[in-house]
Amino acid sequence: MEPILDVKKLTMDFGGLRAMDHLDLDVMEKEIVALIGPNGAGKTTFFNCITGIYTPTKGDILISPPGKTRERINGLKPNHITEKGMARTFQNIRLFPNMSVLENVMIGRHCRLNSGVIGAVVKGKSTIREEKAVVEDSYKILEKIGLAEYVNETAKNLPYGAQRRLEIARAMATEPFLILLDEPAAGMNPQETRELEELIKKIRDVEGLSVLLIEHDMKIVMSLSDRIFVMDYGKKIAQGTPDEIKNNPVVIKAYLGEEVDA
Amino acid sequence: MIKFSEIKKSFLVSLWFMFLTFPIMVIRVNPIEKTVQWRWRNMMIIGIGSFLLSFVWRFMLERKESGQKKADVFGIHKISFIQRILQEPKIYIPLLIVTGVFAIVFPFIFSAYQTNIMITALMYVMLGLGLNIVVGLAGLLDLGYVAFYAVGAYSYALLNYHFGLGFWTVLPIGAVLGVIFGILLGFPVLRLRGDYLAIVTLGFGEIIRLILENWNEFSFGPSGIANIPRPGFFGIEFSLQSATNYIYYMMIGLTLFTIFVVNRLQNSRIGRAWMALREDEVACQAMGIDKTKTKLTAFALGATWAGMVGVIFAAKTTFINPASFTFLESAMILSIVVIGGMGSIIGVVIGALILILLPEYLRAFSDYRMMLFGAILVIMMVFRPQGIISNVRRTYKFQGKQQ
Repeated sequence: MEPILDVKKLTMDFGGLRAMDHLDLDVMEKEIVALIGPNGAGKTTFFNCITGIYTPTKGDILISPPGKTRERINGLKPNHITEKGMARTFQNIRLFPNMSVLENVMIGRHCRLNSGVIGAVVKGKSTIREEKAVVEDSYKILEKIGLAEYVNETAKNLPYGAQRRLEIARAMATEPFLILLDEPAAGMNPQETRELEELIKKIRDVEGLSVLLIEHDMKIVMSLSDRIFVMDYGKKIAQGTPDEIKNNPVVIKAYLGEEVDA
Repeated sequence: MIKFSEIKKSFLVSLWFMFLTFPIMVIRVNPIEKTVQWRWRNMMIIGIGSFLLSFVWRFMLERKESGQKKADVFGIHKISFIQRILQEPKIYIPLLIVTGVFAIVFPFIFSAYQTNIMITALMYVMLGLGLNIVVGLAGLLDLGYVAFYAVGAYSYALLNYHFGLGFWTVLPIGAVLGVIFGILLGFPVLRLRGDYLAIVTLGFGEIIRLILENWNEFSFGPSGIANIPRPGFFGIEFSLQSATNYIYYMMIGLTLFTIFVVNRLQNSRIGRAWMALREDEVACQAMGIDKTKTKLTAFALGATWAGMVGVIFAAKTTFINPASFTFLESAMILSIVVIGGMGSIIGVVIGALILILLPEYLRAFSDYRMMLFGAILVIMMVFRPQGIISNVRRTYKFQGKQQ
C-alpha cells in the first residue's frame, strides 16, 4: 500500500544552518506515527516544512490522499496544503482568542465553503443553506471532541486543556486525511493527558484519520504510536515500533548521553 | 479611610501640575506697560483642582481593574448597560422607531444649517463603517484611509469637469475606483503588519494628497475645483434648501445601505475570515484561509465606501481642494472607529455622531472644544479601551441541546 504522506530526503537550511538533513518519513493510512527527539532536533521545523510555512531547501513531500492521485506539495502555501487535506495544531496554542469556540471551528470549515462577497451581501438560498450547515457541522465536531458545553464561550476564557482540544477540533473541521499534532500534551495535567490519549485514539479509530504526532510525553508516545521516528540534530537517527525504539542504543544515547569511559 | 500614601501621591501630582502650568497660568507679561503680573490665584486653583482630580482618576482606575479581575476569576461576560438595552427587543424596537421618525422629520424641524451638519455626520458614519472593515474586522491599521475619500471626490469633480458625467453615474464609478485603489494599496502591504503597515498606509495617504496638490494639469493643484454640480433627480434642478434636504435623505438611504451590507459581510464566511486574520495570521493561513485574498478584499471593500462618500462630499460642498484630505481626516475617521468600538457597527455609528456633532454643538465653548475633545479621547482610552459599544460575539442556540 502506498503511504498517504511520503517525505523523501527533506532538507531545510536557514542561512548556513542545516536545521533538517535528508529526512525520510512516511505515514500510512489510519496510522498513528510519532516524531520524537530532544529539544531543538528539528521536529517543529519538519512540521513547518510540510505544512508550507517554510519552503524546504531540497527534497520531496508527496501526498496521496485516500481516493486521490499522488502529488508533490513542496512550496505550496499553507492554505493550499490545508485544502489538500493536511491540518495541524501548534506547539504554542494559536487559537483565535477573541472569537467564540464555535466560530473558531467555523473558521476551520472555511476552505470547504465557497460563498463569496456577493453571496454574503445578497444572502441567497445557497448561502443561507451553507451558513446553516456550517453552524451544525461545527457543533457536531465540538460534540465529538467534547467541547459542546463551551459553544458560545470566548476561546481565550477556556481552560488550558480545552484550548488544546479546541485546536484539534478546529483542525478536524478542515476535513483532513492526516492531522498533525505538535506537542498536544504539553502543559497538561495527568487527567487531561489521559483524555487526550482517548481523543487521539478516537480520531484514528472512529474518524479514520491518520495522525502524525510530535510529543515529549513518552507514555503517550509509546502507548499510542504504531511507529516512531526519532530525530536528533536535524537527522533521523532511528525508526521503528515502540518496542524497537525503547531498546535502540542510538536513541538512548541521544536522550541520555553516552557513558564516559574512565 | 484615605491612606497617607494616597494623599502624598495626589500632593505630588498637584505640585507637578502647578510647576508645569506655572509659565502660562501664572505669569502674564504686559509688553506695553512693561510689567509682569503674577496671578497666584490661578496656581492655587490648579493645585487644588489637580489634587482632587487625581483622587477621582485613581479611584476610577482601581474600580476598573477590580472589575476586570472579577471577570477574569469568574469568567463572567461583562455585558455593559448599553448592550443589554440593545439585546432587549422591548427597548430597542421603540428606540429604533423613534430614531427613524426623528431622522425623517429632521430637516423639517431644524434649519438647513443643522441639516448640513447632520449630512456631514452621516458621511462620517459611512466612512467609519468602511474603515471599520479594515481596522476593526481585519485588524489592518490603515492611516491613509483618506486617500480613497480623495479618490472618490476627485473622480466626481474631474469626470464632471471633463465629460459632464452626472452624480448618479459617478457614484458607482467612485466606488469602483475606491476598490481599485484599495487593491493598489493592498498589494505592496500584503507582507506587512502592525506598525509597518500603519507607516506605509500613512505614506500612501500623503502621496495621493501631494499628487493632487502638485499635479496642476491633472487636478488643478491647491486651488481645487469649483462649481461641482449638486446631485440631480432625473434632471430636476433644486433650490439650495431642497438640494440640502435631498442630499440628507439620500445620505440616510446610503447609510442604511452601508449598515445593511457591512452587517451581512460581518456575519458571513468572509467576515469570519477577516476576524481570524486579525486574531492570528499564521493560524488563519494554517486553517486554509487565503491570506492574500482576504487582505485584499478587506482593503477593497473598505475603500469602496470611502470612494462613494468622496463623490457625495464633492457634490455636497460643490468645491474641493487637497486641503480637505489631510492626515487629520484619516485620524478623525480612525478615532471614530476606535472610540465607537472596533468591529461594532452600532458603536461606530454612535461614535461618528458623537465625534462629529459634539464639536459642532460645542461651538459656544469654541476656545475649549479641542481641549475637551482631546480629554475625551484620553479618558476613553484609559477607562474604556474597547470603545463605547464593544463588539459582542454572536451566540448560537441549539435546540434541545445544552446551549
